[in-house]
Amino acid sequence: MNLISLIGLPLLTAVAILLMRNPQQVKWTALIGATLQFALAFALLFTFRNERAAGNEAQMLFELQYNWFPSLHISFHLGVDGISVAMILLTAFVVIAGVLVSWNVTKMTKEFYFLLILLSFGAYGFFISLDLFILFFFLEIAVIPKYLLIGIWGSGKKENAANKLALMLMGGSALVLVGLLGVYFGSPERTFDLISLSQLHIPITVQKICFPLLFVGFGVFTALFPFHTWVPDGHSSAPTAGSMFLAGISMKLGGYGCLRVATYMMPDGAKEYANIIIVLSTIAILYGAFATMMQKDLKYINAYSSVSHCGFVLLGIGMLTKTAMTGAVMQMVSHGLMTALFFAVIGMIYERTHTRQVNEMGGLLKVMPFITTVLFIVGLCSLGLPGLSGFVAEMTILMGSWQQPDTFHRVATIAACMSIVVTAVYILRAIGQTAMGPIKAEFSNLTDAAWNEKLAAVILIAGIIAIGIAPFWLNDLVSPAADIIMHKVAGK
Amino acid sequence: MNDFLILMKSELVITLILFVLLIIKVGTEMKNDRFLSLVQFLLLANFIAGFFFNEAGSLFGGLFTTNALMTFQKSILSLGVYLISLLFADWLKKSEHMPEFFILMLSALLGMFFMISSGSLLMFFLSLELSTIPVAAMANFDLEKKIASEASMKMILSSAFSSGILLFGISLIYGATGTISFTEMPALLDGSPLQILAFVFLFGAFAFKLSVVPFHLWTADVYEGAPIAVSSFLSVISKGSIAFILLTALYKVFGPMHNVWYNMLMILSIATMVIGNLFALRQQNMKRFLAYSSIAQVGFILVGLSGNSFEGISSVVYFVLIYTFSNLAAFGVAGVISQQTGKERIDDYKGLYQTNPFISWILALALFSLAGIPPTAGFFGKLFLITAGAAKGNYFFITMAALNLIVSLFYYLRVIRAVFMDKNEQPIEKINMHPSTKLGMIICGAGIVFVGLLSWIYDYIVALTV
Repeated sequence: MNLISLIGLPLLTAVAILLMRNPQQVKWTALIGATLQFALAFALLFTFRNERAAGNEAQMLFELQYNWFPSLHISFHLGVDGISVAMILLTAFVVIAGVLVSWNVTKMTKEFYFLLILLSFGAYGFFISLDLFILFFFLEIAVIPKYLLIGIWGSGKKENAANKLALMLMGGSALVLVGLLGVYFGSPERTFDLISLSQLHIPITVQKICFPLLFVGFGVFTALFPFHTWVPDGHSSAPTAGSMFLAGISMKLGGYGCLRVATYMMPDGAKEYANIIIVLSTIAILYGAFATMMQKDLKYINAYSSVSHCGFVLLGIGMLTKTAMTGAVMQMVSHGLMTALFFAVIGMIYERTHTRQVNEMGGLLKVMPFITTVLFIVGLCSLGLPGLSGFVAEMTILMGSWQQPDTFHRVATIAACMSIVVTAVYILRAIGQTAMGPIKAEFSNLTDAAWNEKLAAVILIAGIIAIGIAPFWLNDLVSPAADIIMHKVAGK
Repeated sequence: MNDFLILMKSELVITLILFVLLIIKVGTEMKNDRFLSLVQFLLLANFIAGFFFNEAGSLFGGLFTTNALMTFQKSILSLGVYLISLLFADWLKKSEHMPEFFILMLSALLGMFFMISSGSLLMFFLSLELSTIPVAAMANFDLEKKIASEASMKMILSSAFSSGILLFGISLIYGATGTISFTEMPALLDGSPLQILAFVFLFGAFAFKLSVVPFHLWTADVYEGAPIAVSSFLSVISKGSIAFILLTALYKVFGPMHNVWYNMLMILSIATMVIGNLFALRQQNMKRFLAYSSIAQVGFILVGLSGNSFEGISSVVYFVLIYTFSNLAAFGVAGVISQQTGKERIDDYKGLYQTNPFISWILALALFSLAGIPPTAGFFGKLFLITAGAAKGNYFFITMAALNLIVSLFYYLRVIRAVFMDKNEQPIEKINMHPSTKLGMIICGAGIVFVGLLSWIYDYIVALTV
């Protein structure tokens, strides 16, 4: 399996889209590209599992290394482990669903799909790069498409939201940049190579400075409290596919970075700051949940609940146990699928009712049974119903957290658990108001989902259920990689 | 004699072109169109010639030195001049005095070439004057516009002032060390107060030309008043040449006083980035906007310069190359629009994408590159500058630079937003460009995309540096 294909395919698709003449061709090109990505991601999964089953115990598989700016010790170094494979699968799911959901975009279709595919290019590149420089390169590539997607195709106060998002994310990457340079010059050997850096012993003084820089920098992407403020505005102003990509993929870049770059490279720093991470992420979990209770707009509801759910990711990382870390990755995948689906459904409802206010809707189950059913499924997943992915992931994190026996960790774990109750309250209330009750006259002749929307929903639901009823395939994929990171943290 | 021909070949070629243009101007009645094509061809030939017969050596008892890196620096400047001749074709064609414009511009370029190659302070001063005075005349090229005369006057006064400071610094240096030769000076520098004072004066003159804060006050007015072609020459070619000679001056000549100038550079760099960025935030006129943005870019060049290593040299040269493409593209777009519609305000750019997608994308690429967003070359340029500067382990400095990246993104996005997002009842109508303008923009766009991704360009510069 050549990993170049993972970034080459989106790039080719993007170029092909530019060459197309009419919107119809553009859409089909994008869909074919996304389908191929989807197939490629599964091919990667199977070859990866085969390699592992065949006894290949190398930490990173399918490694590639090319010289790129050798004088600055930069190389184009690619490779995947279980965590990356899980994230790539997630990306492929969200991309294909995003392309399908945007089938009705009429304004500047070509540019829209071009940016969408460019965003996926950045995400794939980020998840497979093993060199800090190219990792940073791909991280930043994804910022501008987001800005333009929100600013051009968004709704509401889109310009301000786009500005806020771009500036906060750039602020995060500025911190990442300073952290990376600190590591580059602070480590015993000058290199940007992630694997070599993790094997070198970075001096503890450097780790103490650079770990928070990197963790907070990546944390901005994944809504680390108190840097989460771009999330609600950005998500609610973005077009449907934009929100799906933002919450489903882009926020995961941050979580992946916190785990792979910050924690893996600087385990001593992680130990030093673990308690602060736990405090912040617990606040994010509770704050996000309570803030959601106050929201009336479906997109805001999902955006704030994303803050809460992504808090679980950071909590899982901060707990520094193997189980919790595995859970964190599973939560990233699960939340990515779930939130993408949630935004997709909200988009479908909004397209028909032209409102996202919960109290203006009602009785939608009668006119659009498919869409409302999907809304039920995604809501139940969000509140952690067993059998769906949310339960598996959050349960794993909480179990991992419980392995830390002292009072501090226990309190944080219990507090995080409590948020699940709050989640149930706001989710059930929102869904109930939307789907049940008497239907308003103006909504009585709305249509149900079209083929593209159905397909998108089915793909994402398939992912959610696959994790929910057979969590072990994902667990087996992720946990060896998490184990390696934990070994580093434990100092073995 | 042979040495003379080969070592000074860049200068000789320019002189030759100058004479050809002079003869054509005086002796023939060539039409503007044909003349422009001829000049463009000659400038392209000059750029290509820069890559042949490169040898290192010195002439005239060390007054003139050259090596592969210097020749490459000259090539970057030649490229910039060639691009200017392409990008502003519409404006040039309409001008009654086009031959004079090129003669002045090439004289200034010749001055810069000598400046890059200068081996003593005397030579440096002479060539600096040669590179400044023609530009002041160029700034007044829109003869009927009052604002252009004002710009020219400001330019000549501030240049004269900075030359005075420079001469004072040179005389102090001569008093303190007894030499003005670049090769003899380093051994005689011990960081005594007099030498530091002399260095401050000398650096002040550089800072004037580079428009480093607090010597930047002339910049925005001159850029606004002068024709855009001249503003772009000032902001790209002039600044590039000063950045190159600063490399020689700081690293080779004043290398022993590194500790003195590191702190100075740091303070000036932070001030330049912050002031340039903050003022750029509030500009409404595109030319003033680009003026402040280029001040902020100079702040980043200083970050790289402070590194005092071969990475510092290569990153600065690399950045100037990228900056040439990106800034000229931005100026080129502004120039085309101002030439054809007379509109120069950022608000006028609203809805540009609807009517002119091509130049909108070029402008977007240019601004993203200036902001340092991947995959444009500006990302690599800025990152390498910051990496070079970070080698000293000064986190405060690097964090300031990184934060300034965000501020700068904010105002570049303002233009992007106007072009792509804002609605406008009467957007700028479809613009018909001269084919060579289009070619210039395509070259700039290709440069912005590929100079970063093709790592061998950077490797080539590194190979020249070491």
